[in-house]
Amino acid sequence: MRLTTLLLILTAMTLAAFFLGRRRAVAIGGVGPARRLHSLPKYYGYFASLWCLLPGLVVLLAWAAFSDTIITSRVVDSLPDALRNQPEAQLSLTLNDIRNLAAGQMVDESRRAEFAVAAQLYSELRAASQGILSGLIIAVSFIGFAVAWSRLRPQFRARNHVELAIKVALIAASMVAILTTLGILLSVTFEAIRFFQQVPLSDFLFGLTWSPQTAIRADQVGSSGAFGAVPLFAGTLLISGIALAVAVPIGLMIAIYLSEYARPALRRVVKPVLEVLAGIPTVVYGYFAALTVAPVIREVGAALGLDVASESALGAGLVMGVMIIPFVSSLSDDVINAVPRAMREGSYGLGATKSETIKRVILPAALPGIVGGVLLAASRAIGETMIVVMAAGLSANLTANPLESVTTVTVQIVTLLVGDQEFDSPKTLAAFALGLVLFVVTLILNIIALQVVRRYREQYD
Amino acid sequence: MAEPLTPAETRRRVDASLRRRYRTEKLFRLYGLVSVLLGVGFLVILFTTIIGNGYGAFRQSFVRLEIQFDPAVIDPEGSRNPEVLASADYAQLVKTSLRQLFPEAEDRASRRDLNALVSSGGAYVLQKMVLADPALLGQTRDLWLPADDEVDLFVKGSVPTGPEGVQEQRLSDQQITWIGRLEAAGRLEQRFNTTFFTGGDSREPELAGIWGATKGSFFMLLVTLFLAFPLGVAAAIYLEEFAPRSWLVDVIEVNINNLAAVPSIVFGLLGLAVFINFFGLPRSAPLVGGLVLTLMTLPVVIIASRAAIKSVPPSVREAALGVGASQMQMVFHHVLPLALPGMLTGAIIGMARALGESAPLLMIGMVAFIVEVPSGALSPATALPVQIYLWADSPERAFVERTSAAIMVLLAFLLVMNAAAVWLRNRFERRW
Repeated sequence: MRLTTLLLILTAMTLAAFFLGRRRAVAIGGVGPARRLHSLPKYYGYFASLWCLLPGLVVLLAWAAFSDTIITSRVVDSLPDALRNQPEAQLSLTLNDIRNLAAGQMVDESRRAEFAVAAQLYSELRAASQGILSGLIIAVSFIGFAVAWSRLRPQFRARNHVELAIKVALIAASMVAILTTLGILLSVTFEAIRFFQQVPLSDFLFGLTWSPQTAIRADQVGSSGAFGAVPLFAGTLLISGIALAVAVPIGLMIAIYLSEYARPALRRVVKPVLEVLAGIPTVVYGYFAALTVAPVIREVGAALGLDVASESALGAGLVMGVMIIPFVSSLSDDVINAVPRAMREGSYGLGATKSETIKRVILPAALPGIVGGVLLAASRAIGETMIVVMAAGLSANLTANPLESVTTVTVQIVTLLVGDQEFDSPKTLAAFALGLVLFVVTLILNIIALQVVRRYREQYD
Repeated sequence: MAEPLTPAETRRRVDASLRRRYRTEKLFRLYGLVSVLLGVGFLVILFTTIIGNGYGAFRQSFVRLEIQFDPAVIDPEGSRNPEVLASADYAQLVKTSLRQLFPEAEDRASRRDLNALVSSGGAYVLQKMVLADPALLGQTRDLWLPADDEVDLFVKGSVPTGPEGVQEQRLSDQQITWIGRLEAAGRLEQRFNTTFFTGGDSREPELAGIWGATKGSFFMLLVTLFLAFPLGVAAAIYLEEFAPRSWLVDVIEVNINNLAAVPSIVFGLLGLAVFINFFGLPRSAPLVGGLVLTLMTLPVVIIASRAAIKSVPPSVREAALGVGASQMQMVFHHVLPLALPGMLTGAIIGMARALGESAPLLMIGMVAFIVEVPSGALSPATALPVQIYLWADSPERAFVERTSAAIMVLLAFLLVMNAAAVWLRNRFERRW
């Protein structure tokens, strides 16, 4: 039986359970004001259908998780000794061939006879598994329904049971966020540890050369890739630094102008326009950086007699700065508006001009909030991927010259993982180690920033 | 001890300092205005560049050729077998027709130049026509076939200039005279480029379209919407209405705020390690992309939904509880309907962000070159922003135009989604 049919049957059974349960409740409790039921009849229906649906789903999920392993081990046991005692990788290839043969796809002619028995067994087991699953699910759902049915009495608190089930579902939904963080941490850390078993941590954190090519043959020249990540960290800092140098002054001045000087009409126009800037996908900025900004910078550099790399850090940094401007300006706008009016008016009353008030009263008062905003912007710049993938270089130069080409952590993660690789070479695992560094650094920045912003808010509330 | 200042001297000094202070004031204000203009200016430059580069891609040059569906070339044995018809040499028909127009091309080199005027996609057009209607064999038809991308660039006058300020013309002089003669004969025309909207990816710019990528993005957003919206709303309801004050709830809250700021590429690493390597889901599938984007947009949806629930006044809750509703009934019958517009607005904004996201999709193999238009959430696909990335990397110059046009389409989608969110907010938002 196909999975979709099975699910349809399960849905139909659930619906039937609802109507039967509700009818039963009406029958035993009566309707109208003389009703002797604890809950509304529909809750008895919900109760019955939950008991019908949930056991079936649990069986289905358990089956999906375990059946393939069981079938595979049975097939492996049935293989002749020569095939069964192959090394791990070979064995999985063989199993793949068997699966393909069972699915009726092309397999190398010469090996077809060898696998025919196993493939036959595989298809038989799968068919049997499907049959058992269907029977089991229908039986379990039916038993669940019977249990629920036997509990339906007028005094039975059906609503409380149903509400408990809903509450459990709500709690489960809010756990997804925690599971995501755990998933990120565990998966990235796990692969990173495998990487650090092959490349020592100190080489990774303090090494000065990055060339992750690994050899195909062991005796090849330059076979040992170098995994010193310092050039990547430096490149990331350089590009993010340029971006912040562009975004922080411009974003801050925009926020000041809009909240202190601009007429409301101008503010109403400019704020949404800047939000458009924030809503543009990063791939568009990347395209703009690579195609428009980089050539302009190169030509200006050539006119000034400077030697500019075609994928200079400056181009990527400038465009990234433009991307972060709305981020900085909206965060600063919030904190500037949170400074109490009384402080401004006190300053004006002493005869200070507007700019003096801003520089000597408002900015110092808003500084913690602004610093928090800048930290968030920095974390955004460090983690930004598409702009640097499209506009920054691939060669890991250790330089502070913004006109040269540098590479960043995110660029390397992408280049190491795009395309097909085997999953245990240090080259692929290095991407996860870089990912771990990226995650930890941005996490620390975010936590500090959120803490600073929160403490600042409490100060004036 | 200094002499006390005379009133006139005080006046003079104050005036001098005032002038200085007003000058600083004006300058400061000017800095602010310049910053605003810079911010708006960047946006204008961005849009003009993209529209200027991209509008041309909506039109494409076509060549009108008299194609004789010669049975001797297509189906020499007269079997009318669909397999024979499908594998016939349709390019030969185009070549023959071109040679009749320009009989002077005799040697190999000039014939190659001549054949290069028409896109290799012309053969597919003919193949499709014959397969649809085998009765065409033996007839002659006047057909508009797509021109080659270099011809298209030349006709549009958008051949890029190289580093020395010279146009990098890749057409030979002979080809340019042929193009002139085709134009004079009314055989070369700009028409609306339907392929761009209906085609999948291709190595040939004149055959490449965004339909495949759009469909891939659509399937992904569908998965994201069906997972992220219910999960996000459920989590928000629990956190706002039921959660007791405990360390666990604090952890969840801090966690959600942090997840919203984790770099998107890290979610891609998660998807690669968990969904593809651990659960064994297929690479390049919109399902996996949708799952990754779900995890990314979930914090956005939760935060927006919590704000929407918070804005429902407590009096509504108290009234419901007062007439005997249980807490669950109060939430689902009264709070949720009032908060739903705000939640939907948040979900749409989250979806818009997910639509523009490309970095995590690179990690899970959605950068593959995929010609077929995906048919479901499990067939290999790419996404609109990833398609833009792929085209931006392509060496063919005609892809510049198409990349910009694809960006215009992507921005149009985002505009529509954000406008929907704003409309929803204005239409249903209630101030209490």
